[in-house]
Amino acid sequence: MFKLRDRETAEKILEKISGTDIHLTLMHVCGTHQDTLVRFGLQKRLEEANVDIRQGPGCPVCVTIPQEIDEIMALARAGKIITAFGDALKVPGTQGSLFSAKSEGADVRIVYGIDDAVGIARKEKDREVVFFAIGFETTAPTTAAALISEPPDNFRVLSTHRIMPPALRAIAEMGEIKLDGLIQPGHVSTIIGTRPYTFLSRDFGIPQVVAGFEPLDLLMAVFMIARQVKSGKAEVQNEYSRVVREEGNPKALAVLDRAFERADVAWRGFPVIPGSRLDLRSEFDKWDARKTYSDIIAEVDYSADVEEKGCICGRLLRGLGAPEDCPLFGRKCTPDKPVGPCMVSREGSCNISFKYGKLKNL
Amino acid sequence: MCLAIPAKVLEVEGDRAKVDYGGVVREVNVSLIEKPQLGQYVIVHAGYAIQVMDAAEAEETLDLFRQILEFEDSGDERIDA
Repeated sequence: MFKLRDRETAEKILEKISGTDIHLTLMHVCGTHQDTLVRFGLQKRLEEANVDIRQGPGCPVCVTIPQEIDEIMALARAGKIITAFGDALKVPGTQGSLFSAKSEGADVRIVYGIDDAVGIARKEKDREVVFFAIGFETTAPTTAAALISEPPDNFRVLSTHRIMPPALRAIAEMGEIKLDGLIQPGHVSTIIGTRPYTFLSRDFGIPQVVAGFEPLDLLMAVFMIARQVKSGKAEVQNEYSRVVREEGNPKALAVLDRAFERADVAWRGFPVIPGSRLDLRSEFDKWDARKTYSDIIAEVDYSADVEEKGCICGRLLRGLGAPEDCPLFGRKCTPDKPVGPCMVSREGSCNISFKYGKLKNL
Repeated sequence: MCLAIPAKVLEVEGDRAKVDYGGVVREVNVSLIEKPQLGQYVIVHAGYAIQVMDAAEAEETLDLFRQILEFEDSGDERIDA
């Protein structure tokens, strides 16, 4: 895959993009895309070619709302073993983070995937083990597969899994940002395929390209969008055909559908987005932390307004502005002492910009 | 979180497979894909293979890019990626 970092081809694609002589505002929704864009300096080169790319809501930890963190915190404080992806530990709820709960003595363990969490439950038979399920369509099938394979009775799942197309609809309908194109996430699309994005081209006239994660993948995706704009087209094209098929992964989709149903939930920075969270179907009630621990979770205050003062994470998740526009960025807010989740997560745009030293360019 | 990495399949037994990430061998869950063939590359996320990589397409990606760029040079607008 390192061939897809070939500098000569990259320069040629950049030249082509410049040559189209149009200004483009694009959005992608993936932390790994953002990492590639910033790490390889593509974002800057694309800016010079009149292409402005924003990350949007493509960071599962960032879009999780504080009340969902409060739910898992309540379970941590109630003495359950909490298993979570490392990225989820530092995200603040209204009363601290899992990381702070851990330092206060809660049993919080980092896992690489849900199978590790199930393994802990099998070992710790006398304890109750909760998996904090975060992630988009890429990750949700792994949770679904673990549920279907009958985990032990002392295992629970707290699902904050979200799906991307309803959030993209929300952005298109809100109309705060005029998008000339969308770069769709390669690994979400690996599962869902290319069809669920069609409505964005058909109903909102937005050109789209599903893209891989190497520098040339992203440059090519931008060029393909530029070509659509130039020729007045709006359709879904697939640049990442080595992995993404039009129908996605039917086996994973079937597993996903068997375990989950859609629920309405707010995303950080967004109002409630209908049908955007994956909650466990009633068949899986005995593993559902929200159902079995409803008495503990009842203490969570869903009405609290908790956006930190001055933090623009919510706006960034809607594609408005850049991390460097935030007065806190790199000053009061750093990866060591993050104010908002966009600085916490390795997939957050503030974290990525900070890590690769864009601050120096201020 | 959606980071997923290609790995080569070395062994398959039921829902588990041993895969090689360029030297590092790990066991992954393959219940979300059709049974992979030995030697195929799978995309792994959070301990699960989520898709088999199309080796031919992977090899051809760069060639395809070059072709598209050349077609642009020749002014042919009809070629589709």
